[in-house]
Amino acid sequence: MASRGATVRRWTTSDHVVGWAFASPAVLLILLFGIVPIVWSAVLSFQKTNLLAPPQWVGLRNYRALPHDPLFTSALIHSAIYTALFVPLSIAGGLLTAIALNRRLRGIRIYRTAVFVPVVVSTIATVIIFLWVFDPNFGIANWLLGKVGLGPYGFFTSANGALYSIVLMTVWGWIGFDVIVYLAALQGIPAELVEAAEIDGAGTWGIFRHVTVPLLAPVTLFLVVWSTINALQLFDEVYLATNGGPGTSTYVPVFYLFRLAFQLGKAGYAAAIAYVLFAVILVLTVVQLLVGKRMVYQST
Amino acid sequence: MSEIETLELANRADATGWPSREEEPPKHRFLFSGWHLVLIPIAVVMVIPLVWMLVTSLQTLEETRHYPPTLVPTSLQFSNYTDVLQQAPFARWFVNTLIVTVVVVIGNLLFCSLAGYAFARIRFFGRGVVFIAILATLMVPFQVVIIPTFLIVRGFGLIDTLGALMLPNLVSAFGIFMLRQFFLTLPIELEEAARIDGASRLGILFKIVLPLSGPALATLAVIMFLWTWNDFLWPLITIYSESHMTLQLGLATFQGAHQTNTNLLMAANVMSMIPVLLLFFFAQRYFIRGIATTGLKG
Repeated sequence: MASRGATVRRWTTSDHVVGWAFASPAVLLILLFGIVPIVWSAVLSFQKTNLLAPPQWVGLRNYRALPHDPLFTSALIHSAIYTALFVPLSIAGGLLTAIALNRRLRGIRIYRTAVFVPVVVSTIATVIIFLWVFDPNFGIANWLLGKVGLGPYGFFTSANGALYSIVLMTVWGWIGFDVIVYLAALQGIPAELVEAAEIDGAGTWGIFRHVTVPLLAPVTLFLVVWSTINALQLFDEVYLATNGGPGTSTYVPVFYLFRLAFQLGKAGYAAAIAYVLFAVILVLTVVQLLVGKRMVYQST
Repeated sequence: MSEIETLELANRADATGWPSREEEPPKHRFLFSGWHLVLIPIAVVMVIPLVWMLVTSLQTLEETRHYPPTLVPTSLQFSNYTDVLQQAPFARWFVNTLIVTVVVVIGNLLFCSLAGYAFARIRFFGRGVVFIAILATLMVPFQVVIIPTFLIVRGFGLIDTLGALMLPNLVSAFGIFMLRQFFLTLPIELEEAARIDGASRLGILFKIVLPLSGPALATLAVIMFLWTWNDFLWPLITIYSESHMTLQLGLATFQGAHQTNTNLLMAANVMSMIPVLLLFFFAQRYFIRGIATTGLKG
């Protein structure tokens, strides 16, 4: 109680006024564009609305319709395939690249910059580049693959290959991020640990498997969670590179949501999809954190 | 796990911002390392698409329609670049994007500093609850709020104006959080001494705290710059008129209209990337730190 009294005495009136004066512009904007929309979106998901006419209350009908919507289920499947490929590829690729870059070599700056530059290139610029690289007729990808006896492939224009082409493109664009995070973590591994392992007779693989990977586990967990969240929110690349096609072969939830809300006049249904997606992300994140924490604990 | 953790990791950095050990002398300076054999292919794969974009942007249309691909253009068609500027209002899109980006960056620096300082140092009624509510919005993906945000912006009559791109982004919960955490690490004694000397809170923030916060402010500025400059989904939903488009949206429109003029498309693409690349090379350390901190990307 004594400490509470002391606290109260320090809370002066002027602090309340000044504190709120400082915080209020930010708080008002976040209330308006952060918190109100979260609640409003939940309300919309129980309504039928095209954003123009007055909305109608439909209860749970939007949510009930979701499992029977083939486009929604296929969007979920595409999203799962994309995530299952993008997350491990970008993280494993990022780790290996970071290990290769984690040394003093002539020209190391050039290598690092080469790996990193795609991260600052915008999505639309990346898509324009890859539509050209992956062009079925004149693209350099088919030409290079042809040199080793592969292809030609349709890439974005083939119903079987479009999703995988998006995976390759986004790995190219994102891998620099994983590299930076891993490089920072690799610098934190004490050189003595590696030397001790060498003295104990561990080879390069042994050090990688039993020293580097376990020590990087917390960072890997962070990247897994982060990449999964981003992968599930895939939109720009799909909209720009394939527009969901060919057919509906690259429909993903956010793309479908965008089509429904802003092109097909079904904003209530779209809001329901947004909330289901939010729930999926939340559950996956919690599961990854719980399982991951355990694995991190066991490996260190 | 948190952003803070990565921020701390990223703080261990060399002069250009790259995470680095303390300078240790290279062991075999003049020996060719086998690692080059690993790194060269990686670098080539990362760079080929960009180089091919540049090459294509200087080709004639005939050269782009040639198989096998023309890797070395016979003549450098710099006229592609001027053609692009004549065919689409790229200058206008550039100015629009610049205005929006500058306003958003300044808004974030100002409002996030004020709020971050209040949450870090001033004890006011409701501080804890409000701060947690702000943090909670960080967990919600943008898609969840996009429809109501559109309706709110429409309610303000801002659809199809640059205001639609600025107003919802003037403050970021992330910026408040990041600056608050940074302000907490500053020694409080300086501020207390200034208060005893009769300085106001505003004076303390602007004369003592912010001058000590250069790296944190620069990181936030770079994050917001990159995010705003490269944003696509929100402009796509709120902007319809060509004259109000941003560079990214304009580029997407241009792509839709010039799908077969690959050389012009690549020239436009190169031009759209120049501002970000320039900033990247001059502010590399803040880019690296900003991206390692948040993973934000357009």
